[in-house]
Amino acid sequence: MIWRIDVFSKEKHPCLKIALAISDLGIAKPANIKTAKVYLIEADFDLDKVKQIASCLLIDPVTEDYSLIQGIFKSQPKENQILITYNPGVCDSVGLSLEKAARELSLEVKNARTASFFEFEGLSRKDIEYLAPRMLYNPLIEHLLEYTAACKLKSLDEFSGSDYNFNLITVELLSADDQKLQEISKKGCLSLSLDEMKIIQGYFKRFKRNPTDCELETVATLWSEHCAHKTFRGLIEYVHKDSQDKIVKQETIKSLLKSTVMKATKDISSPDCVSVFEDNSGIVKFDDKNNICFKVETHNHPSSLEPYGGASTGIGGVIRDILGTGCAAKPFASVDIFCFSPWQMAHDQVPLGLLHPKRIIKGVVKGVRDYGNRMGIPTVAGAVLFDQRFLGNPLVYCGTLGILPKEKSFKKSKPGDLVILCGAKTGRDGIHGATFSSKELDEHTVGLTTAVQVGNPIEEKKLTEAILRARDKNLFTAITDCGAGGISSAITELASEHGVKVDLEKIPLKYRGISYTEIWISESQERMVFFTSPQHLKELEAIFNEEDVGLTVVGEVTDTHKLELFYQGNRVCDLDLDFIFNLPQLKKKAFWKDNEEEDLKLEVKSSYSQDLEALLGRPNIACKDWVIREYDHEVQAGSVTKAVSGIENIALSDAAVSRPDLGSDKAVVIGFGINPFYSDLDPYWMAALAIDEALRNIVACGGDPDKTFILDNFSWGSPADELVLGSLVRASLGCYDFATYYRTPFISGKDSLYNEYDVRGKHISIPGTLLISAMSVISDWRKAKSNHFRTKDNLIYVLGFSRPELGASEYFRSLDIKKGLVPKVDKKIARDIFKQLSQAIEGGLTESCHDCSEGGLAVSVSEMCIGGDLGANIFLAEVPKAENMFDYEILFSESPTRFIVEVKKENQKAFESALAGLPLGLIGCVCDEKKLVIYNHQQKEVVNSQVEDLRRSWMATFGEFR
Amino acid sequence: MKPKALIIRTAGTNCDKETEFAFQSAGAETSLFHINYLKQRSDFSDFQIVCIPGGFSYGDDLGAGKILSLELISWFKDALKQFIDKGGLILGICNGFQVLVKTGILPDKDFQQKVTLTDNDSGRFEDRWVYLKVENEGVWLKGLDEKIVLPVAHGEGKFYTESGILDRIEANRQVALRYVDVSQKMAGYPFNPNGSMKNIAGITDATGRVLGLMPHPERFMFKHHWPFWSRNELFPFGCTFFKNAVNYFKQG
Repeated sequence: MIWRIDVFSKEKHPCLKIALAISDLGIAKPANIKTAKVYLIEADFDLDKVKQIASCLLIDPVTEDYSLIQGIFKSQPKENQILITYNPGVCDSVGLSLEKAARELSLEVKNARTASFFEFEGLSRKDIEYLAPRMLYNPLIEHLLEYTAACKLKSLDEFSGSDYNFNLITVELLSADDQKLQEISKKGCLSLSLDEMKIIQGYFKRFKRNPTDCELETVATLWSEHCAHKTFRGLIEYVHKDSQDKIVKQETIKSLLKSTVMKATKDISSPDCVSVFEDNSGIVKFDDKNNICFKVETHNHPSSLEPYGGASTGIGGVIRDILGTGCAAKPFASVDIFCFSPWQMAHDQVPLGLLHPKRIIKGVVKGVRDYGNRMGIPTVAGAVLFDQRFLGNPLVYCGTLGILPKEKSFKKSKPGDLVILCGAKTGRDGIHGATFSSKELDEHTVGLTTAVQVGNPIEEKKLTEAILRARDKNLFTAITDCGAGGISSAITELASEHGVKVDLEKIPLKYRGISYTEIWISESQERMVFFTSPQHLKELEAIFNEEDVGLTVVGEVTDTHKLELFYQGNRVCDLDLDFIFNLPQLKKKAFWKDNEEEDLKLEVKSSYSQDLEALLGRPNIACKDWVIREYDHEVQAGSVTKAVSGIENIALSDAAVSRPDLGSDKAVVIGFGINPFYSDLDPYWMAALAIDEALRNIVACGGDPDKTFILDNFSWGSPADELVLGSLVRASLGCYDFATYYRTPFISGKDSLYNEYDVRGKHISIPGTLLISAMSVISDWRKAKSNHFRTKDNLIYVLGFSRPELGASEYFRSLDIKKGLVPKVDKKIARDIFKQLSQAIEGGLTESCHDCSEGGLAVSVSEMCIGGDLGANIFLAEVPKAENMFDYEILFSESPTRFIVEVKKENQKAFESALAGLPLGLIGCVCDEKKLVIYNHQQKEVVNSQVEDLRRSWMATFGEFR
Repeated sequence: MKPKALIIRTAGTNCDKETEFAFQSAGAETSLFHINYLKQRSDFSDFQIVCIPGGFSYGDDLGAGKILSLELISWFKDALKQFIDKGGLILGICNGFQVLVKTGILPDKDFQQKVTLTDNDSGRFEDRWVYLKVENEGVWLKGLDEKIVLPVAHGEGKFYTESGILDRIEANRQVALRYVDVSQKMAGYPFNPNGSMKNIAGITDATGRVLGLMPHPERFMFKHHWPFWSRNELFPFGCTFFKNAVNYFKQG
């Protein structure tokens, strides 16, 4: 019997937010909106027991009431009412919790599901059907439960699929010609090229048999761009021409990864690197007891389709990467960096198949928030950038840092070990996630609904607790997470040295009807795989039971060097690991042609106050405190420098400082460098500038440039396009040159390619975007620094050399100017600037320090004024710079390796001698009159703004999100 | 002898380790147990202090703290009654406060829910620092300055009840902490971060031995926790709560 309980607020809910959003869509505001949380319960209860559930479990007796009916609808609902529920197979975690809670009342509920009820007084059905999928639900995971469908529903179990009968499927590969092979790849969503299909065909020809669907899927997954990084490990014919078409360089790159990013680490060979590019994250030394690790992932494609689910499973996935590092690390901080399209756009301007950018922004932030907050991992730092080209392909970078005992840094396995799958049950979620993310998006991709997943953070929190307890009792020797490819890649990779046997029917399922292949490649969230000796099983079961986490022995490590899968005793996969892990090297062409460097001069103005205020309100610069505030950035109590600080708590810090262990004096500084706009001019310099920016942020907050480790995350377009690949090569070369120059080893990295989409026949590629994440270990958390002015009369210095480098700068882009010189790192001084400044900070000679980045010197000083609620007088004549620079160039140029530093008068001498030999200018002082005045060479005021006005502009932009 | 503090965790609890750290730094001996482990003992007689820390117990599915409060009632009602009668101290922080009101341990220890903590007026989770006025001199609050700062981090923290009960809580001086502005006046958002009635941030039972509060004292144990440490250093007020609990038994 099915019961429906509607829970609603006793007070009339105004639902202002929904009403407002409706008017955003250009629909008349409804006169009234009614909402209710709906619970559908299937159980053999009488009315009293259902009432007991409703009153004890479902309502808050102080604020809520309920109504109750038998069945889902009493009669045909009114035209202006809708009921939204999850699609079959989508995780309904509240429903599961309800089943558990009912058991506490000794009531056995067969099935429980949730839904949302809305009634819009004064709206037509047509309007409601227009607004609902745009505002209230996402058709990929939810649907409107209609009266006729609901009447046919006999049991809620029908949401759980029907039975599965085993039937071995083979794919006719042996006889296939080229066309057929391509068809098989395309139809099966395998994302394999013809060459690759032929190699697979050749392998099976040796055994004179066709592959099973499972075998083909396994190879496709492990050879996917996502898992195997084919482009970065492939063979690239690279040609570099200058702007005059003269060849500068022509070479065959054997592996871009090994010859750039990994080579930098090898050349630097830092003794502090423990495990790099080997495990699920990069591990470095922390103190005598512990190491720390860091990983950043992207979840771009899923987030473009289902922002909330995509972003939450993005953060969920990278947390598992940390749990799956060594023999499990404890996550202690998360970071996130987003690139979105500007959101001021009419709804009818959004191309078919894409979501409105505002919905993407809100959904992504909410996804990271709900997952991170529930996991109890503070989201401590991040960035948000805007460019139109991210409309159909937002970038969502999620990173997590972990801490682990030194002796737990490596994995071990041996034949005879049990293969254990733990965590959530397996559903059909995210099938083809790995191969899907290796494809370009188009209007039809939306049909691939299973590629999207919904996460359940509490499941992952439980999993984390259980795994860390088991780790501390030495109950397993190897662990990894189930990410792209699910258990297929997790188990195969973890057993790659030995061989493995798995019984697929042992894997606990969320619902019926899932085939053996689907089980194997499902990307259901919140699952981990580990290996252990049989003697630990009992103790493991006790821990996992107490934590209420699933744990199942699903197979055994063998010594056959084979991947053998069985379903109810039937062999469904038999592949040589040698074959799986020796994928063919791809051959690709890459071409790069230098842009003509073209300086551009603007007409000089007498005042730049307005320009400065406008810059502060640009989305890339404006205050995004609302994002940070939605994140629990203080849980675990390790925060030292928070992402928001200063007066009114609105100053944004350059980097975050966190203590992973409250018993240790050491802390970790976490910062980023990202600026996709430079890649339009030259990706080589974008890479240099990103590394420089990450280091600037680290050093400004008290980090040590000599103990800084970096991560690369490339988000690029399709590598099949030789120009796109050319720019990727160019950026990678920049990574090598500047990582080695700064001696900052890469410890981990990831690439996300095919970030392209078609809109109305037009192909749009995102700007190649390199994110550099950096972490530095400092010996004493008490020495962390902040970036807002502290005290009046303190001296203000600019450190670093300014040049008229405004190409792709925030100022030029605000004027829609595409020309200008790209900023360049000056290798003669940059490293010394970092080193000497860091020593001065460590020596206590500075009060505050902020780097100059987007918007240049003027924006940087403004931010220090806003954060400290103090004014400043600045003299441009004292800025160390190239000759004959115009005022606006000194104010807004984005030359790298520059800082604004606040110093007490009594430290003037010591500070200046600490930075001897470097371009350093004493440019002014802090004053308590809350005004920023900047004088030019002729001692004329070029900026004269009240700090209040600067603040207003900097705060206004995201007003609607606050 | 060190007083013994029991910290109860379950699926989704996430402030347990730092809360344990806070009790330890104050000089308590701590036990951090999963509720499933406690179910096999059903007895708190070994402990002087029971704390339910912050987090999202069971994902806050069905309402913040709802399922954990149900579990506590069905498994530990008698144990909790005994513990309270014998003079034990109880602290509920954030999700723990939500649990204490939903079990009905607060405000009257009669296991009847009379007040609630519901969705913030802003409609979203927020992490921010707030000014608080300390309203009574109960066990947990002794010796605190009249105005303190602590961080809040929640989506469901709006204190709400019917007017009769509110009047009684006020009359009995059971209000522990109130959200105020810089000049110690009751003010609206963002000073009152969630829209709580009468700006109530925390309440005690009539004896003051049971405290529930939305702000996180365990997140202000070091001066650098205060986000504006670079400008003015404050005493980490969070320490006082935990020290008070320990001293209560040391002196008693």
